[in-house]
Amino acid sequence: MADLRSNFIGIKSPNPFWLASAPPTDKEYNVVRAFQAGWGGVVWKTLGEDPPVVNVSSRYGAFHMGNDRMVGFNNIELISDRPLDVNLQEIKRVKRDWKDRAVIVSLMVPCEEDAWKRILKRVEETEADGIELNFGCPHGMSERGMGAAVGQVPEYVEMVARWCKQHSRMPVIVKLTPNVTDVRKPAQAAKKGGADAVSLINTINSICSVDLDAMAPTPVVDGKGTHGGYCGPAVKPIALNMVAEIARDPATHGLPISAIGGIGTWRDAAEFMSMSAGNVQVCTAAMHYGFRIVEEMASGLANWMDEKGYRTIEDFRGKAVPNVTDWQYLNINFKTIAHIDQEKCIQCGLCYVACEDTSHQSISAKRVPDGKGGGKRRYEVIDEECVGCNLCYHACPVPGVITMVPQKTDKPYLNWTQDPRNPMRKTAAE
Amino acid sequence: MSAYSAPDIRSGRLEAAELAANFNDVKPPLDHKRALVESNRCFYCYDAPCIEACPTSIDIPSFIRSIAVGDPIGSAETILEANIMGGMCSRVCPVEILCEDSCVRNHSEDKPVQIGALQRYATDALVAAGKQPFARAPLSGKKVAVVGGGPAGLSAAHRLSRLGHDVTVYEAREKLGGLNEYGIAAYKTVHDFAQTEVAFILALGGIHVETGKALGRDITLEELRKAHDAVFLAMGLGGVNALGAEGEDLKGVEDAVAYIARLRQAKNKGELPVGRKVVVIGGGNTAIDIAIQSKRLGAEDVTLVYRRGPTNMSATHHEQEFAQVNGVKIKHWARPVKLYGHQGAVREIEFEYTQLDAAGKLMGTGEKFTILCDTVFKAIGQTFVKDPVNGKAKDVLDLAGSKIAVNEDFATSIKGVFAGGDCVTSGTDLTVQSVADGRDAAIAIDAYLRGE
Repeated sequence: MADLRSNFIGIKSPNPFWLASAPPTDKEYNVVRAFQAGWGGVVWKTLGEDPPVVNVSSRYGAFHMGNDRMVGFNNIELISDRPLDVNLQEIKRVKRDWKDRAVIVSLMVPCEEDAWKRILKRVEETEADGIELNFGCPHGMSERGMGAAVGQVPEYVEMVARWCKQHSRMPVIVKLTPNVTDVRKPAQAAKKGGADAVSLINTINSICSVDLDAMAPTPVVDGKGTHGGYCGPAVKPIALNMVAEIARDPATHGLPISAIGGIGTWRDAAEFMSMSAGNVQVCTAAMHYGFRIVEEMASGLANWMDEKGYRTIEDFRGKAVPNVTDWQYLNINFKTIAHIDQEKCIQCGLCYVACEDTSHQSISAKRVPDGKGGGKRRYEVIDEECVGCNLCYHACPVPGVITMVPQKTDKPYLNWTQDPRNPMRKTAAE
Repeated sequence: MSAYSAPDIRSGRLEAAELAANFNDVKPPLDHKRALVESNRCFYCYDAPCIEACPTSIDIPSFIRSIAVGDPIGSAETILEANIMGGMCSRVCPVEILCEDSCVRNHSEDKPVQIGALQRYATDALVAAGKQPFARAPLSGKKVAVVGGGPAGLSAAHRLSRLGHDVTVYEAREKLGGLNEYGIAAYKTVHDFAQTEVAFILALGGIHVETGKALGRDITLEELRKAHDAVFLAMGLGGVNALGAEGEDLKGVEDAVAYIARLRQAKNKGELPVGRKVVVIGGGNTAIDIAIQSKRLGAEDVTLVYRRGPTNMSATHHEQEFAQVNGVKIKHWARPVKLYGHQGAVREIEFEYTQLDAAGKLMGTGEKFTILCDTVFKAIGQTFVKDPVNGKAKDVLDLAGSKIAVNEDFATSIKGVFAGGDCVTSGTDLTVQSVADGRDAAIAIDAYLRGE
């Protein structure tokens, strides 16, 4: 049986599923419910200096797709709007009552050493397991020079990380904003500042939708709106790439990563861990379905690990990282083509129209006698035209109908740097 | 004769509330949420089989996508462009053998998209919005007579008017709508929808209506040809087949079509007399409809007898099942031989079992059985009444079999005279087929009028 226990930068938890710093971890009541449900840890909703911030009413926006709700989600909430004392007392109590769970405290104060020094001291007294520096929030707090306003400047990231290491004995996780051109830069800065780990991604600048009656972005606050932080399943691919970039950057390779971004299932978690994440943080999925989803996450991950023969998370963690490479090193001689299983095909024609209208005209549409006097639709791949783009495979609504079949080419590995068709190729000296 | 109870045919078998429930919408409309869920099940197929399965070739993936993206009015416009009676068809089409039977979802999960229900959702939305999506083309100055105000006639009239021609519809009965108004089972078209649809069609303008005018009785084809540039005949089927069994004239033996018409027009269904033991003879939708409606009016026993097997019935499997769920007993492979009466009223009907002989011809087995009854409904098919256009009339049209002969452009043997719907043989005998006929005949008539 797979062992899901997690040890992330020395912080132990019974499983690698933490709740991210967000509304679900805003207070003792929620956190206790989360722990009762089985979550391995929480990153407490970001604390700031008193007086607490004030939130507006109408805070969340959502992107729904077809029959699926909250494929994307955004918020314009600020950090904890409760007094610092109340939060600290609750954190202390929760940690005392739930010793086996990880309790991390997210922090955001002005970019002044004293401010950080003051709050670190108070957090330390709670006996929390560590701190997470919120350098990510893209809305509201950034207008006050905090959150993403810090995270977007590598020098500030490094500076604050260093203060925290200097003035605290707690492990320091730096939470990164995705609202940058190159996420490797702030990650490098965090490492340089002495951070024990990075967590990413925080939310993405976004406007979820426009209310066409109000003619304002949602969520609409009395006729106006503002950009919010985007999260939910839709952001997972962006997060995966950023995690992979940091994992394979020689400057940050090996830096522990707590992955965040659209995680809601065991498979999401496994994917991030294969990209070297030591654990994962969840928010939107819990906000959508409640805390109980952790049960399916734990059971699904354990069963998959059993099936694959992985005993611990360390057994597969980071295994996909060596397979993330630059485009130029991909094998140009690799060839895969689509195959349509005619027995399973339901004749919806989506593969055909996608290929015909927008790709390589590699699928034929025919009518064959159906034995009942009519013509049955038949869609077939024209092997010699197929470039193996995968479009039909993705468009097909029935799993297992279209498969991508790698072809034997008898050609050796050849990448673009070596390809004779590349005028800039690196040729061996003759 | 003491073995037989007296005929028990009377009205008011059920309480008003029960009747109201029995004749309420048999398939309630989808609400907004359900329509969204269902519309999102559509794969938006390319070369969609459902379009091909629809006699009016509605662009089904397109109208469903319009619903899914929050444009029910655009959805209805797509539907009505192909089928001006899309609202009625969504209620009465046997979708289980048409569009929904061909839905590709059947191949992967045995559950098609509810195309009919979505079509109703969209067309209801347009009716509720009171939007007129059509406009007439510049007037051609041509006049067309349409004989028959049923689905074929109204579909043709609407298209002809859109194309700029002035139309006069001659309808024998008091109201327009044909079988939509007088024939369809009441619980399929509640809230007077047939008339709502008629009003929507007429709202386009350019369609003059003359009710109470029957061809051969009040008007002749010759007169119509003189007064108009073209004539479209869409009289449907005015006659019914006889049983050809002894005792057919007894009291209590009724024509199902006529009874359904009375039922549809009855303001208070509780006033309709209905028998206690009802026998229905036939295997089509009329047979199913009269059987179920008799039951829903309060008949105690309803037995439907058909001379062949379940797969030979023109009523779909779905309809047969629905009858059974409603407590109708269906007996196959039997034909009526003789009806026995008492004091002039039917009290018993004798059937002979049937089978197919080696050549596949239907034959009696000689074995017989009887069913006690006080009502027998004949629902063994309707016939075209040819007299007004063949026989006594001065203008004589060629027939093909027992109906009017037409070519692929719906033209009859007389120049300028076209025909469509149930009075010609084209595809199926469904409402949707008649709508398609009317539309396509109108397009052919337009070409004729423009000398193309």
